[in-house]
Amino acid sequence: MSDRHESHRQGLPGASFPRAVFRRIRALGRGTLDMVDALGRAGMILVLSSMALPSREGWRLWLRQMHFVGVMSLAIVLVSGVFIGMVLGLQGYTILVDFGAEDALGQMVALSLLRELAPVVTALLFAGRAGSALTAEIGLMKATEQLSSMEMIGVDPLRRIVAPRLWAGFVSLPLLTVGFSVVGIWGGYLIGVQWLGVFEGSYWSNMQDSVSFFADIGNGMVKSVVFALVVTWIAVFQGYDLVPTSEGISRATTRTVVYSSLAVLGLDFVLTATMFGELG
Amino acid sequence: MNESLLVEVEGLRFSRGEKEIFRGIDLQIPRGKITAIMGPSGTGKTTLLKLMGGQLRPDAGRVRIAGQDVHRLPRRALFRLRRRMGMLFQSGALFSDLSVFENVAFPLRVHTDLSEAMVRDIVLMKLEAVGLRGARGLMPSELSGGMLRRVALARAIALDPELILYDEPFVGQDPISMGVLVQLVKKVNQALGLTAVVVSHDVKETLTIADYVYVISDGQVMAHGTPASLDDTGDARVRQFIHGEPDGPVPFHYPAPDYVTDIMTARVRQ
Repeated sequence: MSDRHESHRQGLPGASFPRAVFRRIRALGRGTLDMVDALGRAGMILVLSSMALPSREGWRLWLRQMHFVGVMSLAIVLVSGVFIGMVLGLQGYTILVDFGAEDALGQMVALSLLRELAPVVTALLFAGRAGSALTAEIGLMKATEQLSSMEMIGVDPLRRIVAPRLWAGFVSLPLLTVGFSVVGIWGGYLIGVQWLGVFEGSYWSNMQDSVSFFADIGNGMVKSVVFALVVTWIAVFQGYDLVPTSEGISRATTRTVVYSSLAVLGLDFVLTATMFGELG
Repeated sequence: MNESLLVEVEGLRFSRGEKEIFRGIDLQIPRGKITAIMGPSGTGKTTLLKLMGGQLRPDAGRVRIAGQDVHRLPRRALFRLRRRMGMLFQSGALFSDLSVFENVAFPLRVHTDLSEAMVRDIVLMKLEAVGLRGARGLMPSELSGGMLRRVALARAIALDPELILYDEPFVGQDPISMGVLVQLVKKVNQALGLTAVVVSHDVKETLTIADYVYVISDGQVMAHGTPASLDDTGDARVRQFIHGEPDGPVPFHYPAPDYVTDIMTARVRQ
């Protein structure tokens, strides 16, 4: 307000250059401060809600959220898993058959799924299906003052509303990832063995020989657990912290999906580099 | 500390961004009385209630409820203190996934170990008090605005609080439900002997039930006194507000540059 008046009064063309630069610097500083502030708030929400002691009521609320967050995501995750597995079977076969190595199809399908595709694709689907719903639900509760009224009744909404959702997301995404891998491998079998005629024995035995429990399944699950924490955390934070208007809810829901997807893909690279980097 | 006061607000300052909302507010709210806080829209009356309930933090000053400094309490103690207060939100703020019965039962279930039969009895008593015992099976989405507020009132008094904060209880109601709500606020105060703070800009209704009135504007207490003493106050701003005159010391126009200059100066970029 005040600097608009000043520039208007001075009106010198030369004076606008450093002013614009200073405005940029100031905006950068403010942006950084806002970001650090938001990170702090997000951390507070995570700590305050996840430290809630499990009570009988807490278990009931958690189970209810497991239904909404986990079970309701099952259909989309499993259907996607079958299709990804089938595509892997087709693509893998067309490449491997050129080298006469189609017996290794089981190994290829299983490793791609367990190490990479199952954790990443499930997390992306989960962010779209469950994360956005969590944000919208908590945001609407905030906009309709339900969170405020709960606070005034003397119940901490972080414990009552946020904690069960956070834990439900944290537990259900790794389980969904397991489901995705299983049906994906079955999808690859369907295409490779049943349709394209790869020998069934070699599909399974190659898989058994090459997949290691800790290095492949274990590391894939580590990824999935990390994604689960990040995606659910982003979703509940965006819901709890949004501006309580209809525009605010729509922005926050979009941000949940965008931030979660970027975080999942970025972290996937970091985790792959640290866990599989030396496997060659 | 004065024993007859339940809530004491001292030198409260609060701002949102650049905008100063309160510039040093002092309020004293006596036990067992209905104290009204009135003022034009946008003076931050709801904000004041949120400051009292500890949902917002003031820049300076303090709020003491039953001798406890609300903003110095650790989180746990604050939530314990809130069990002794009820708040009626403007929208009712009922939990949309619970029925009317479960909404009123909610505070009882989370804060007490009462048996199911006992919870049922208390809920029905509270619903009877607001005249909605028959609506116990409905969901909040099936209620009218006035009914929502009455259910919210039943929920707010479920734990028999000492203090109840009403946020604009009469706004946007038809004359009948307005009358019902006015009677209820009065009745609840008399029957349960609880202390009430009513934030409102419905002057006529509020003055009929209030024991003491604070008028706030521009972030300060402009006047306070009994409803009768406010009528013959000398302050022109208070008179304007109480008699609802459109223009006066409280201007009709939002601050703006001179009208003619504003229209005649064509500026391409502001």
